[in-house]
Amino acid sequence: MAQSQHQTHGEFDNDQSEYHHPDIHTHHDEAHGTAVRKKIWQVFWILLILTVLEFVVAFTVGRGTFRNVTYIVMTLVKAFYIVGSFMHLKDEVKSLIMTILIPMLFILWLILALLIEGGFYNGGWFAS
Amino acid sequence: MWFFLISDAFTFSTLLVVYGVIRFASPVVWADPEKVFTHFPGLHELLHIDAPLAFVGLMTFILIASSVTMVLAVEAGHRGDRAKVELYMLWTILGGVAFVSCQGYEWYHFIVGTHGFYHEVYGDLNGALHLLDGSVATAMADGTIIIQNGVDAGKDLLTNPDLVTKLVPGGQISADLFVQGANTTINQYAQNPSFANLFFFITGFHGSHVASGVLLNYIVYKQVQNGVMEERGHYEMVEKVGLYWHFVDLVWVFVFTFFYLV
Repeated sequence: MAQSQHQTHGEFDNDQSEYHHPDIHTHHDEAHGTAVRKKIWQVFWILLILTVLEFVVAFTVGRGTFRNVTYIVMTLVKAFYIVGSFMHLKDEVKSLIMTILIPMLFILWLILALLIEGGFYNGGWFAS
Repeated sequence: MWFFLISDAFTFSTLLVVYGVIRFASPVVWADPEKVFTHFPGLHELLHIDAPLAFVGLMTFILIASSVTMVLAVEAGHRGDRAKVELYMLWTILGGVAFVSCQGYEWYHFIVGTHGFYHEVYGDLNGALHLLDGSVATAMADGTIIIQNGVDAGKDLLTNPDLVTKLVPGGQISADLFVQGANTTINQYAQNPSFANLFFFITGFHGSHVASGVLLNYIVYKQVQNGVMEERGHYEMVEKVGLYWHFVDLVWVFVFTFFYLV
């Protein structure tokens, strides 16, 4: 085992061509790299604009359910771009995506359970 | 890394849900974040201008920008471009350090406070004024009680006739309490001490994540610099610390919304 590793290293060191290894995608063509970088900056601008919009909402829209729902939607959109694009979850296999997203339903359940148990629906929105 | 991040996501979600529960259940008025976080370096010290939420906005921008440089480092790693990986990781580390420093500034002003506020409080008549939150206050001749920065100072209430007249049945008194700054028992922003406690815990817990992220990034940056990744043949560690770093950014997006905006 150790010997074979050593041999691999030997071959590797003798390689006079430009540095390459099967795992490092030097064959990534430059056009692809440029496209990836363009996408990254695109996401950056989306996140920035959404944050600026949140500020605009903070100082123009009055407190209330509408404002909070707007915030939550904008936050979830930002989360979608961070997780999907920056963390590359969109590029993962479907089973990993589901393994990560499905447990998040427990958080929704926690919120819902606390709202019900806390009497929010009786004393809050639906109170006459 | 993904499975660790799931567990961490549960922790942060629970903290934010608890924030919502305590705020919703609070018997007294909750703090208005727009009036709490108004300090911007320079504007506050030199011009005495309030800039509501502006500094938090800058912190958000810094963290998003550092997330971008992190993903650029990962992309450079895919191409095996070591110089670019080093450059972008250095920018990411710089962004992280800047964010933690900003948080230090914010914490400082949160704890010290600016104008102070009079809270109407109820206390037990028990020699000194022992407030319901467990702290002890000083009764002043003009009928107010002072706790500055939460520093406890007791004084015999019976020597202050103004306060004795405010004595209500059941051995309790009500008085205007002057509070400046914040600690874990009392704060100037809300009558509910939970507001400051949650601020300290949630932003502190996030800040410690940022700090450990900076440390991890620095370790991996050093490894990249020493050629460890080239020897391994891949830049997978850069992707792993990158995942952690984006997660820290993701958490801040939620903290920003639910702590500073809502």
